[in-house]
Amino acid sequence: MKVLITGVSSVPGRLVAELLSRNGHQVMGIDRRPWPGAPSQIPVHRVDLRKRPAEDVFRTFRPEAVVHMATVSYLERSSDDLRHNNLGSTKKVFEYCHNHGAKKAIFVGRHTVYGAASDSPIYHFEDAPPMAGSLYPELADLVAADLYAGQALWRYPELDSVILRIVYELGPHRHSTLATFLEGPKIPTILGFDPLFQFMHEHDIARAIVSALDHSIRGVFNVAGPTPVPLSLLAHETGRTPISLPEVLFPFITGRFGFSRLPPAALDHIKYPILVDDRAFRKATKFAHSYDESDAMIGFRTGDAAKTTNKV
Amino acid sequence: MVPVSDEMMKRVHALDLPFNRYGIDPYGIQASTLAEVFTVLSWLYYSYFRVHVSGLANVPSAGRSMLVGNHSGGWALDGIMTMTALFLEPEPPRLAQGMAERFIGRAPLIGQMAKAMGAIVGIPENATHLLEHERLLLVYPEGAKGTEKLYSERNSLVDFGTGFLRLALRTRTPIIPVAFVGGGEAIPTIFNLYKLARRLGVPYIPITPWGLAVPRPTTLQIYFGEPIWFEGDGNEEDVIILRWVNEVKEAIAKLISKGVEERHRIEINRTKATAKTPW
Repeated sequence: MKVLITGVSSVPGRLVAELLSRNGHQVMGIDRRPWPGAPSQIPVHRVDLRKRPAEDVFRTFRPEAVVHMATVSYLERSSDDLRHNNLGSTKKVFEYCHNHGAKKAIFVGRHTVYGAASDSPIYHFEDAPPMAGSLYPELADLVAADLYAGQALWRYPELDSVILRIVYELGPHRHSTLATFLEGPKIPTILGFDPLFQFMHEHDIARAIVSALDHSIRGVFNVAGPTPVPLSLLAHETGRTPISLPEVLFPFITGRFGFSRLPPAALDHIKYPILVDDRAFRKATKFAHSYDESDAMIGFRTGDAAKTTNKV
Repeated sequence: MVPVSDEMMKRVHALDLPFNRYGIDPYGIQASTLAEVFTVLSWLYYSYFRVHVSGLANVPSAGRSMLVGNHSGGWALDGIMTMTALFLEPEPPRLAQGMAERFIGRAPLIGQMAKAMGAIVGIPENATHLLEHERLLLVYPEGAKGTEKLYSERNSLVDFGTGFLRLALRTRTPIIPVAFVGGGEAIPTIFNLYKLARRLGVPYIPITPWGLAVPRPTTLQIYFGEPIWFEGDGNEEDVIILRWVNEVKEAIAKLISKGVEERHRIEINRTKATAKTPW
């Protein structure tokens, strides 16, 4: 199958591209960033998805399936110039799919779209409203992109659209939203709160995306891996030191004294859990994760990909 | 840190919960917290209070069930002691997971402790998820109005919500009525403070003759009734649901009456047993 991957230079993008290529698919990538050392059988076009050259890639390659991974989230920072990036690129990708005959489009989204709140359901199902836009303005663009991708189910009925809401990524490559939060030696936590964090090993995320491609599914699916763990345990197991501080002190310490910088709305993400129920995806694709929570945390801590790749 | 006996840890691991290698289950229940807290609670259960339990055989040893109880006492002593009884008395032990008031979700420290013990914010989505995963749910349809009851109202029931019954129907779960008697004697509320409570983010603060709502050592009675099954899909008209809710309420009221009748005899027998104990 001819598969086009947007955001192919990201860590999960590369893993998905390599996995698909190994499975015998013809893979092509799009990304503004380079992929140094990309395998020769995976051509990468360095174009902006919102610009005409990107449509040329669709026009000439005519992919049967598209995996849209060119989205970013702003747990750490807010940026005006990037604020509509996710929605703009997602609209274009679905238009190109429709215009150039793609049969399947997979939107790789985040479980954080559900938002963190004290009275949220402990496990979100796919029919729960994505509330993050109102709770966390920096995620509004991601929520809008997710909802737009969902609209494609009726807007382009000939296209099998799949929206994956995937939990945090963690693994040896240390390049994800959660990895950024865990970057420093000291992890700020809010005194009296220790929310569960749900994450998956990066290789399992790649396998889940490929699994979505391999099965005849359409619709919205939560994707998760092993049992979630409390933030304090996550910090300890990744070799960090959790430091509990009263919430009132956060505006004064964030971004200083070795702590990560967090926008005010991100505090709810370290107070309350965002967990998703992934039974629908597992049932539809028979997907089962290979790496448990310890594999992912130790993989991140040691940065040793070699120890874990044999499970793929 | 509380010193935990091997026996206590064995009981924790005998629970039908899918702990991971860190002793954490998918709802955030922590084996180490359970062991520590139940070590303290077992002292309260066996040595501070005198707890009488009846009808334990009505609680299945596995699978989904909904324990529906009355509130007795100015705060959730009833739920805590019912949880403790189900952890300490049956073989294998069971963990009753309480449906907590919403403020627990945003309360630091105490909320975290409650979650690590299995309590969960009492919204229908959470209750459904737990029952679909074959958990034992502990619900109090009187809500906060139940724990606000004054001493003179201690063995009465206030209005029941109906959500629990629709939930039982939708998830095909048996309802086990539970009566708790003695909470009002342990924490005899003479009045509640509301304005100060709101400032502290809690619904009310109970005041007892000795001020704070610290329970006094007294006899507590817990009665588990026979399971009640209702046939339906949860979409029945309100009038039908209300009739069934009243059936559950009446079953609990009968168990409370039984407890009140037996209370004097149980207290005398307990006193005699204590007097005979050589230590």
